[in-house]
Amino acid sequence: MAASSLLSRLLPMRDDRGSSAFFVVLLAVAVAVPILHLAVPEGSALHLSTYTVTLLGKYLSYALLAVALDLIWGYCGILSLGHTAFFALGGYAMGMYLMRQIGSRGVYGDPVLPDFMVFLDWKALPWFWHGFDMFWFAMLMVVLAPGVLAYVFGWFAFRSRVTGVYLSIITQALTYALLLAFFRNEMGFGGNNGLTDFKDLLGYDLQSSNTRVALFLCTAIALGLGYAASRYIVGSRFGRVIEAVRDAEARTRFIGYKVENYKLWLFTFSAALAGIAGALYVPQVGIINPGEFAPINSIEVVVWVAIGGRGTLYGAVVGALLVNYAKTVLTGALPEIWLYALGALFVVVTVFLPQGIVGLLRRKEATA
Amino acid sequence: MTDHATLVPTPPAARGRAGAMRGVRIWLAALLLGLGPAPALMAQDDSADAGQAATASQDASATLAPLLAELGGAGYREKQALVARMVALGAPNTRLALRAFLDGALYQRAADGKVFIAVEDGDDHYSLTDPLTGAAAGGASGGLKRIRTNNALRKALRQAIAQFELSDPDAAVRLASARELVDDLDEDTVALLRQRAPVEKDAEVLAEIETGLALADLGSADAEGRMAAIEHLRGSMKTAVYNRLNLIAEGDPDTAVRKAAAAAVRGIDGWRKVYGWIETLFFGMSLGSVLVLAAIGLAITFGVMGVINMAHGELMMIGAYTTYCMQLLMPEHIGLSMVLSIPAAFIVSGAFGVAIERGIVRFLYGRPLETLLATFGLSLILQQLVRSIFSPLNRSVSTPDFMSGTLQINEALSLTYNRLYIIVFALIVFVLLQLILKRTTLGLKVRAVSQNRAMARAMGIRSEWVDAATFGLGAGIAGVAGVALSQLTNVGPNLGQSYIIDSFMVVVFGGVGNLWGTLISGLSLGVINKLLEPYSGAVLAKILVLVFLILFIQRRPRGLFPHKGRAAEGH
Amino acid sequence: MSVMSRAGALFDRSRVFDFLIEGQPPPALDLKHNVILYLEGITVSFDGFRALNDLNLYIEAGELRCIIGPNGAGKTTMMDVITGKTRPDAGSAWFGQRLNLLNMSEPEIAQAGIGRKFQKPTVFQEHTVFENLELAMAGDKSVWKILFAKLTPQQRDRIDEVLGIIGLPDLREQRAGSLSHGQKQWLEIGMLLMQEPELLLVDEPVAGMTPQETERTAELLVSLAGRHSVVVVEHDMDFVRSIARTVTVLHEGSVLAEGSMDSVQNDPRVVEVYLGE
Repeated sequence: MAASSLLSRLLPMRDDRGSSAFFVVLLAVAVAVPILHLAVPEGSALHLSTYTVTLLGKYLSYALLAVALDLIWGYCGILSLGHTAFFALGGYAMGMYLMRQIGSRGVYGDPVLPDFMVFLDWKALPWFWHGFDMFWFAMLMVVLAPGVLAYVFGWFAFRSRVTGVYLSIITQALTYALLLAFFRNEMGFGGNNGLTDFKDLLGYDLQSSNTRVALFLCTAIALGLGYAASRYIVGSRFGRVIEAVRDAEARTRFIGYKVENYKLWLFTFSAALAGIAGALYVPQVGIINPGEFAPINSIEVVVWVAIGGRGTLYGAVVGALLVNYAKTVLTGALPEIWLYALGALFVVVTVFLPQGIVGLLRRKEATA
Repeated sequence: MTDHATLVPTPPAARGRAGAMRGVRIWLAALLLGLGPAPALMAQDDSADAGQAATASQDASATLAPLLAELGGAGYREKQALVARMVALGAPNTRLALRAFLDGALYQRAADGKVFIAVEDGDDHYSLTDPLTGAAAGGASGGLKRIRTNNALRKALRQAIAQFELSDPDAAVRLASARELVDDLDEDTVALLRQRAPVEKDAEVLAEIETGLALADLGSADAEGRMAAIEHLRGSMKTAVYNRLNLIAEGDPDTAVRKAAAAAVRGIDGWRKVYGWIETLFFGMSLGSVLVLAAIGLAITFGVMGVINMAHGELMMIGAYTTYCMQLLMPEHIGLSMVLSIPAAFIVSGAFGVAIERGIVRFLYGRPLETLLATFGLSLILQQLVRSIFSPLNRSVSTPDFMSGTLQINEALSLTYNRLYIIVFALIVFVLLQLILKRTTLGLKVRAVSQNRAMARAMGIRSEWVDAATFGLGAGIAGVAGVALSQLTNVGPNLGQSYIIDSFMVVVFGGVGNLWGTLISGLSLGVINKLLEPYSGAVLAKILVLVFLILFIQRRPRGLFPHKGRAAEGH
Repeated sequence: MSVMSRAGALFDRSRVFDFLIEGQPPPALDLKHNVILYLEGITVSFDGFRALNDLNLYIEAGELRCIIGPNGAGKTTMMDVITGKTRPDAGSAWFGQRLNLLNMSEPEIAQAGIGRKFQKPTVFQEHTVFENLELAMAGDKSVWKILFAKLTPQQRDRIDEVLGIIGLPDLREQRAGSLSHGQKQWLEIGMLLMQEPELLLVDEPVAGMTPQETERTAELLVSLAGRHSVVVVEHDMDFVRSIARTVTVLHEGSVLAEGSMDSVQNDPRVVEVYLGE
């Protein structure tokens, strides 16, 4: 509670109940999960398995991705159908670092070249793989690769005032083009199989429990910081400008705002956030492949946000957690049903629940 | 040029279709037979007395049977001798028998030693034809022994057949035969051609024969003769000619001849390039037609109604599955089921479309992003539905006979029929759609509602009905596109997904709300894609086109052919 | 490929960056000849229809000008040209002596000092009245400044002052979307005031207002003239009569008549246009 009240003093929150709740729950989870995993003995009913810890870490990285999308969709009306492209680029940057860490422990034992390059009979490391043996460089790329792509893409798109559905479709085309590109072996990113068989991160074994807990904590911290930064942005006058852009773009121009710059920076920031989410996702699931670029993944993210309730940030987190939990349960129990359920969710939410779960709760509260 | 002459038998690339091609050949042979066997033979000698010839052929026919029967037990050398005797005999049906022999369709019945042309028409069951009369002779399932051939024998057979065919009354048969001969010249075939040249009346056949003779003259001893031959061969698109000229350009003792040959080769190279471009253009057009088919339904729902239907691809998938079901219903009549699939797919997909509009889309008018999401959810459901009902695996849809095969323009250029049909089909669909929109009351109402909904309602148009009908029309056309796609690609649950982004790109590139724009953009994107492919590979070409489109839309958000006017100026 | 383009993008950054160097003050407004707006030979056509046809209009600094004309005369299109929304096919448009409006984007024009109130009131529905005014407030509107912007006490006072002028001090925390039509009109006028523009373009300010409100609007506009230049487009002839010093009549995209209200009203061409044959 103290932490959250401190935060709410730091952040210009207009209605901070949802966000406060988010921070409280996040803090509680971040404290409880390591304890339940490491301190509670394995036989106990309260013990959390490594699998569960990793799963929770994965959910949190998805939540960060959802926050990134909510920032541009909920607040600025830019429906990106290609946001997992940025997520995957961040993931690939992390994956490249992890590949370089394998060193001579690969199947072919080449000290420099990853296995798939040896397999393709490549003699030397492609130029764009240089530097990824250094953690700081890889982390820089986690942010820069998606950020720069988003910047260049946005620079073209927003300056020529591509909006609405058109923008959605070209973002989808962007991720589709990347999907096709990363499938090619010649690209040097492992083609179809992607990057996998990671061994360790900064010298810590990725399979060990402690590393898993550390990764979970890192993800929780990243989510907290990303959320706080996003909350600051939407609470600032910048946030009011982008909401104005969402509601009346032309009007915003006529009072002197260079709308394209606002969109561009917001889009770039959101992409970088998605990249960080991707970078945290990869070491926990142990693989990154071109499938992450598939347009359907991006649209799934949109559904998380829509279900949670867009334009609130915490709604995005709620949606990401709920839908992914449902996905884990359903694909385990009734794999046939999952796509029906997901499809039905799309329809139901858009037709009956335009404000998502958060909107529903608010309405209940208002009538009560 | 007549139809069947253009069906060139067994080009190396089509070995896989040998079975189908054999069927075509036998069919061709039977057709020729119907034209009258006797004149076919006697055309060899224009001065021959017809009556005399008729009696001679009857006698010959009688003696052909024992020769055929002898084939069964003979060794390859003896078989060759027997073939020579058959040719010398000149019986009316000899060619049919020899052709079957060459194709490995000549069988001897173990029971009575009689020889038949047999075609397998089922599991180990053969339908028989009497080679002497060309009449059907029942069936058999076993007890047949194939009369084998070897390379030398096949060569002899080909020549023997060519000799018959070169004097066939049908110019198309003569042409095919001449082509075959010219491809495989030796002293004997040259002699055959020389013999035929003075009496040949048909210009095309004559040209082919002269090409063959010129090719032979390339080997003549005096430089002048070779020069004349080169002069004659200039511009021929035959591979054999090209190869020979190349050899001469390098190795002829005479400098002038070498030069002339080199010039001719350059000329042919130039033409080959031109034909290469035409072929690329054709491939591009056929890919473009697929894109147009896929996009044009979307152009209706997105362009005219402003509704984003992400399930459009799945409506195409439904059309393709309808085709599959139609084939299951009438497995005997693949061609007919194909034709019937078109209206069936239109109705099935159209009905789905109306249901989607009534069930979902109408609640979301004016909220394009929500429509996009809801219809995307629907597309997931439809995909899963197909997986549950049929299977997650791809289903194969057969190609009807009239769509297989190749239209051979010359040796450098051949166009496959299925691609040709797709282009024609896309254009027909486009024209019909234009007519519907421009000439029917539905079209009038659709345009009225899309321009000013309130005014249209005030005029008494039931805009809800029009919305449903328009959406159904767009969906129905998606279904029809699915029928076409079933001929080109695997029919599976993911069929639609792979086209949805392309389709949107085509519509947006062409300019939303502009059917002509959709047509032109679809065709040009197809051509651009195929132009890039040789340099970059198929996947990279697709990526490049996508990147190009992304950049293009950002430069010109309203597409190639934007709607102008005051309404379009609004934000 | 993508790596290459990404690398290319990195190179691009230097070039791309310079368009982000904002806050470079545009050349100051130069009113040497006491004319704030020049429109010369402006022609705009939509699909063959000429919305503006060789329009010539000059507004003096500090002037209050009313523009009238029948529907379709090109009044709104003229405003679109001045504010950068529509690019003319021909002609020139200068703000003062030095600023070529045809080379400037909408926000640049707004920042240079031209404010516009739309015919249909467009306020930011989801924002409060206070926030609407805050967004419109004059000042540096570049991304980084706005991200870290804090309201100074002076700015707060200014917003309160404007809230008083437009008569909405009690509704400051109200969502703008919940205001009545007339209140939205006032809010939009308030936003215009917050921009502190040199030139105000006001499109039908009194539509949907009560007679009392109309009167107050008239007073406000008259009081603004002198310090600012004001161009008012209005159908309400009584309102025009009450504020106008100079009236311009537009017809079919060009100026039909110009002068005092009386002289214009007695112009036979104007009578013909308004009353028909």
